[in-house]
Amino acid sequence: METLIQQLINGLVIGSVYALIALGYTMVYGILGLINFAHGDVLMVGALTALQTMMFLMGVAPGMSPIAMLTIALMVAIPVSMTIGFLMERLAYRRLRNAPRLAPLITAIGMSFLLQTLAMIIWGRNYHTFPQLISTTPLEPIAGVFITPVQVVIILASAAIMIGLSLLVTRTKIGRAMRATAENHRVASLMGVDTNAVIAFTFVVGAALAAVAGVMYASNYGIAHYGMGFMPGLKAFTAAVLGGIGNLGGAMLGGIVLGLVESFGAGYIEHMTFGFLNSSYQDIFAFIILGLVLIFKPTGLLGERVSDRA
Amino acid sequence: MKKSIVAIAVMSIGLGAAHAQEVVKLGSAAPLTGTISHLGKDLENGSRMAVDAVNAQGGADIGGKKVKFQLVGEDDQADPRTGTTVAQRLVDAGVKGVIGHLNSGTSIPASRIYDQGGVPQISPASTNPKLTQQNFKGVFRTIANDVQQGGALGTFAVKTLGATKVAIIDDRTAYGQGLADETDKAVKAAGAQVVAREFTTDKATDFNAILTKIRATNPDVIFFGGMDAQAGPMLRQLKQLGINAKFLTGDGGCSPEMIKLAGDAINSTTYCSMAGLPLDKMPGGAKFRADYKARFNGEVQLYAPYAYDAAMAIIKAMEKAGSVEPAKYLPELKKISFDGVTGNVSFDDKGDIKEGAVTMYQFKDGTWVAL
Amino acid sequence: MNELVSAVPYLGKRNPMAARWLIIIIALVAPIIAWQFGKSWVRILDFALLYMMLALGLNLVVGFAGLLDLGYIAFYAVGAYTFAFLASPHFDIHMPFWLVLPLGAAFAALAGIMLGFPVLRLRGDYLAIVTLGFGEIIRIFMLNLNYPINITNGPQGINMIDPINLFGWDLSRNLQVTETFSINSLFLYYYFFLLCVAGSILFIQRLQISRVGRAWAAMRDDELAAKAIGINTRNMKLLAFSLGATFGGVAGALFGAFQGFVSPESFSLMESIAVLTMVVFGGMGNIAGAIVGAFVLALLPEILRDVAVPLQQTLFGTVILDPEVLRMLLLSLAMILMMLLRPSGMIPARARYAHRENMKQEGAQ
Repeated sequence: METLIQQLINGLVIGSVYALIALGYTMVYGILGLINFAHGDVLMVGALTALQTMMFLMGVAPGMSPIAMLTIALMVAIPVSMTIGFLMERLAYRRLRNAPRLAPLITAIGMSFLLQTLAMIIWGRNYHTFPQLISTTPLEPIAGVFITPVQVVIILASAAIMIGLSLLVTRTKIGRAMRATAENHRVASLMGVDTNAVIAFTFVVGAALAAVAGVMYASNYGIAHYGMGFMPGLKAFTAAVLGGIGNLGGAMLGGIVLGLVESFGAGYIEHMTFGFLNSSYQDIFAFIILGLVLIFKPTGLLGERVSDRA
Repeated sequence: MKKSIVAIAVMSIGLGAAHAQEVVKLGSAAPLTGTISHLGKDLENGSRMAVDAVNAQGGADIGGKKVKFQLVGEDDQADPRTGTTVAQRLVDAGVKGVIGHLNSGTSIPASRIYDQGGVPQISPASTNPKLTQQNFKGVFRTIANDVQQGGALGTFAVKTLGATKVAIIDDRTAYGQGLADETDKAVKAAGAQVVAREFTTDKATDFNAILTKIRATNPDVIFFGGMDAQAGPMLRQLKQLGINAKFLTGDGGCSPEMIKLAGDAINSTTYCSMAGLPLDKMPGGAKFRADYKARFNGEVQLYAPYAYDAAMAIIKAMEKAGSVEPAKYLPELKKISFDGVTGNVSFDDKGDIKEGAVTMYQFKDGTWVAL
Repeated sequence: MNELVSAVPYLGKRNPMAARWLIIIIALVAPIIAWQFGKSWVRILDFALLYMMLALGLNLVVGFAGLLDLGYIAFYAVGAYTFAFLASPHFDIHMPFWLVLPLGAAFAALAGIMLGFPVLRLRGDYLAIVTLGFGEIIRIFMLNLNYPINITNGPQGINMIDPINLFGWDLSRNLQVTETFSINSLFLYYYFFLLCVAGSILFIQRLQISRVGRAWAAMRDDELAAKAIGINTRNMKLLAFSLGATFGGVAGALFGAFQGFVSPESFSLMESIAVLTMVVFGGMGNIAGAIVGAFVLALLPEILRDVAVPLQQTLFGTVILDPEVLRMLLLSLAMILMMLLRPSGMIPARARYAHRENMKQEGAQ
């Protein structure tokens, strides 16, 4: 039983991270119909920038309190990621908005590898230790179930950000403009919405979320390196599709569900398949879910939009 | 293009000049780029030291002539296909022997090219038993193989650490899986039980799910076959899940990097193994460390002493045979026996090092201490 | 061939016949020139030919039919592993080459259909990401199917695969022509692979202007309209996947036999992307583009290795960007810049739609 609950917690934690990344995906996809493959790599840039900042701070002000240090690191990482998100959209995706479908997608793949390569040049290929400023010592176990403060922070922060984002989209003027643009670019622009600005704004917000997710991810595992964003990015995309692309609540739900599936899958697949499959298949769950959802329920769990857009 | 032609011309003039005194090329192949490039560079540095040491004495005495050596270093990127290309380049370059490769997955396909090209290959790092089981004539290694290392690990876990229940994780690489399988066998042979066998990948960072599963089986020792980049975070997550089992890993996790990545999660219940003797216990270890530091301005990572001995084995065999031609010196290489940095170097009939030593280490006071 | 011919600068337009011979001569003497720089360059050319085949196959799927496949390397893996299973000491089966090659192709085609069926309804980005998942799933199975029954030998890979043996003629041995003169095995492989590539080109060329090729073009440009004029898009998609996969399978089988060793790490996502870049770089929907793209990008890392490192050393004294980083950098930049500046590739497809002028020419011959 304690194993079951522990797996639930594990799934919730990793699921919250997926959810946070998925929010960025789903916003961009909802508005542009573009899978921004490089989204996961923006996460990586955020984490590594934060790392660099913390290293610098530790050098100049060794006595600084961890919370202040983390805040400053975020204050640096978020604008850097935002700039990258903005530049990506401005320099590449915007020019391809009317190109054939394959063009932006291939560009996005190229963008992802470009970011990874640049990060490799700047930060090297080795894994870096990420300072764990929020404690990772587990709290007093409840019925044999362990959870660490940083994990609690991750779950709460994801929920808070999701709520904040929902409010932004539903209650503000720019949110309304975003929804209008997602519905129909041209009509929105006829209605006086500056769609270019709205799309740029969406990218920037998505990038900021990615930076936060990156810092959380790195704090939880205590490591960061240039390739850290790719796999979580892909899985987060799966989560976004699972929840229903374009739907913020869906992204959150999809992320959590995917996290749980992975966690329980790795934990119980051996029993379920009578020892034929085992935890070495952990990474295929996301892809299988993705395939199944797209084939049988392309709108996802809470989907609003039709997937069949070419 | 023109530039490179000029460069080639200049190079050949340089070589031409050196040819007055015979210069023999030896090849070194290792990943010089990629995630384990620091280990690859270490390997190449070891070979280079051997070559420099011989050249500094005016060269080796082969067939009555003084022969100097030149090391041709190639980057195999730890990739099997690139490995074969690089092997071909070395054969083309006319090397008389190769020290490399690092990864077993690269060494194995490359060994076929060396065999076709008639060039002996000594790997100072590839531990997969298959490498020397291919019935190629000229394949050797100066490091204990996985059977030896896995055997030592399994026995250590049961006999020394007193484990009765062992959980085993591997990272699904040729190295991790090979070592884990051998450890698995040895644990069972020593009379303990393998209570869990779990898997991850060499790119993973989240091990919570498999560790939780392992926790339910309540093992005394958890063994991980894989590299430091995974072992470090894994150790942190063990602690976060409140698992108090001893943690044991192979040479892939026996590095300074592992200590760094594990942060405050590493303690004296963490053990690792390394093929060969610790540098300080090697007969020529202290001097080697000092020389290495003076020459390359850095610490010995792992494979340099083995690469040094591998290069020395080739040169000594040439001296005995009085010839630099592989066909002539290969018989001598097969029965060579000398005291190298890592201990006595001699090969069994397959080409594996005889009595390949395996040393266990424990984490103590911020560093790995040999037991 | 015609596309390739017209891609030859200067000569292509003025004297197609001469350009055609020029290409044939270059293809034939290439390894002999490469030999002057060392055997390894012949080996690199051999691999380049395999990449050409992969690029041709992927081009069929992406360029002709407009289905973005990010898991293409899976078919390469299926071909390679089929060969490894049926002609190696692993199961101790040693079937003859001429039997294994079609089997490898057939299994790959089957895998193509397996992938094709579920993704029929998907288009664009969704298709891309599901095929990516498919590629990873195949790789993960190859990596893990050594337990409970050992099928693929897991991460250790399969070694000692039989070389290509054409009716008793072993390509891995040097061909002894006279006492003193022998032809190196690398040349034998080169010409054999060249034959395969040439065959593929001829086949694809006929295919492109056939009913099927035109149906693909119609489907790629407007699926709805294609359906409306009576094209069975479902069958056409399945055909594209399976035919594309067949080429991947053949290339894979040849790779397994040539290298003698297969392991899952040769079939990573990065390889899929690399082949895709070859197609994109050369020009989608165009045979010459695939050939040139594959040739350039397969040789690029090796040239970088020889040029970039010494160049940096002389310029800066140290190696700032190692060849692998440079390769990644150039690959990713190629993908982005090609899409932005020259979306139709280095060699744009000559007639984007039904290749009518092409057909007339062909018909006249």
